[in-house]
Amino acid sequence: MSLAAQGIDTGDTAWLLAATALVLLMTPGLALFYGGMVRTKSVLNMLMMSFVSIALVTVVWLVAGYSLAFGDDSFGGLIGNLEHAGMSGLGPGSVHGTVPTLLFATFQLTFAIITAALISGAIADRAKFGAWLVFVPVWALLVYVPVAHWVWGPGGWVLDRLGALDFAGGLPVEITSGASGLALALVLGPRLGFKKDAMRPHNLPMVVLGAGLLWFGWFGFNAGSALGANGLAAAAFLNTLAAGCTGLLGWLFVEQKRDGHPTTLGAASGAVAGLVAITPSCGSVSLLGALVVGLAAGVVCSYAVGWKFRLNYDDSLDVVGVHLVGGVIGTLLIGVFAEKAMTGGAEGLLYGGGLAQLGRQLVAVVAVGAYAFLMTYGIGKLIDKVMGFRADEEHEHTGLDLTVHAETAYDHGVLGHGAPVGASPVPSAQKVKTQA
Amino acid sequence: MKLITAIVKPYRLDEVKTALQEIGVQGLTATEASGYGRQRGHTEVYRGAEYQVDLVPKVRIEVVVDDADADAVIDTIVKAARTGKIGDGKVWALPVETVVRVRTGERGPDAL
Repeated sequence: MSLAAQGIDTGDTAWLLAATALVLLMTPGLALFYGGMVRTKSVLNMLMMSFVSIALVTVVWLVAGYSLAFGDDSFGGLIGNLEHAGMSGLGPGSVHGTVPTLLFATFQLTFAIITAALISGAIADRAKFGAWLVFVPVWALLVYVPVAHWVWGPGGWVLDRLGALDFAGGLPVEITSGASGLALALVLGPRLGFKKDAMRPHNLPMVVLGAGLLWFGWFGFNAGSALGANGLAAAAFLNTLAAGCTGLLGWLFVEQKRDGHPTTLGAASGAVAGLVAITPSCGSVSLLGALVVGLAAGVVCSYAVGWKFRLNYDDSLDVVGVHLVGGVIGTLLIGVFAEKAMTGGAEGLLYGGGLAQLGRQLVAVVAVGAYAFLMTYGIGKLIDKVMGFRADEEHEHTGLDLTVHAETAYDHGVLGHGAPVGASPVPSAQKVKTQA
Repeated sequence: MKLITAIVKPYRLDEVKTALQEIGVQGLTATEASGYGRQRGHTEVYRGAEYQVDLVPKVRIEVVVDDADADAVIDTIVKAARTGKIGDGKVWALPVETVVRVRTGERGPDAL
């Protein structure tokens, strides 16, 4: 039997192949976005936390994650089964909708990867790298996979039973990463010098490059979630552009009014906040809705990033302020701006659907946020108890680049190649030779 | 001999260098420096969080000259570095005991 006879659409498949590569590019983009915001002494560590997530989550996903998230429901819409553990039973001929199942599984994998990587921004500059290597796979299996099943899995309780809407991952990606980031920030505690030392972003051009790559990849994330090359993908694509733009403008507007200066970091953050908020809603809201969703996220998130200073949690790179808050805004506003032409049924408050959809969205937001926070807090505490999650104080002062990775990102001068005063400039290969 | 040290605004370095060349000063050393005087630092804002940056970037210029030339060199530096605005910097001079030219071993004023 030919593949076409089994229902594979080549147009849909071609688009999803491209979209999958686009989403994967978001994680290196995120690494640059985050890397530019930390200080020079820990930028490589920041990049590594994202980069290594690609490898860790991929292994977990293929071994069991995909099957538990997208296998047939095994218990009350809460978790899938292990039928496809190790991707067993799936081959080039397997079909999901109109695309190969292996492609669908890979597309979903790229979402799991970036969600894990997003959390790292909440614990910048101070996490033990070994603990992160343990945390990511455990977290992916116990937090991301169940939530992905609730929302997108066959028979999952959030979409299939409750009737909430989430097109591209406001719940599994944005709210889950934000709530998990908050939990880990609390487990690890604030960076040394939090609220006392100036912790300025060391490379804003890098932040803008990262934001640009994120935005580019986000078209794969959102328009790819249509799982086909069709009108819905086009609508999601345009909504994604629109919300990123109003998010950017909203954030800059607040900065101009509040701080007196429109900043580069604000523009990059505002675009990302708008993109976060349109993620769940890009497949259900009108264009007018997309403009409002993005604007609301840009404005609200520009204030939300200041909460950490008042409430004393060091969410270093604002995973809570941008992803949790933006994700909640976007997921809830579906209940206001959902229109029938997009959803095929459900309608929001503004289009005559009453409060019903808003209520369903609220239940989903609270359940997913609470689950992600509590589970991550538990996992974080356990890892902290067993092996310690917080880096050694001396390492944190010196910077994790040198102490963990034995590298420095930049050659600052002729004396020590960026190493602290007193460090030997002799390459270790030479050292080994003289010792032998 | 005198060691003349000048702390000036970084963008005045070229003016000072040219002016010193014109009066025949053979060499100088310039170092990037930071500090503060009457000029306050500035404020930077990142995601709404304000950071006060107290130390202002400056350039430190050092020249060793013969006693007889010291006043002329100081006047030249001051004239070239002055913008009339706060933060123009300072110039001071200290006596120097010995100078040696490393290449030839010459000592004292001959080494200048």
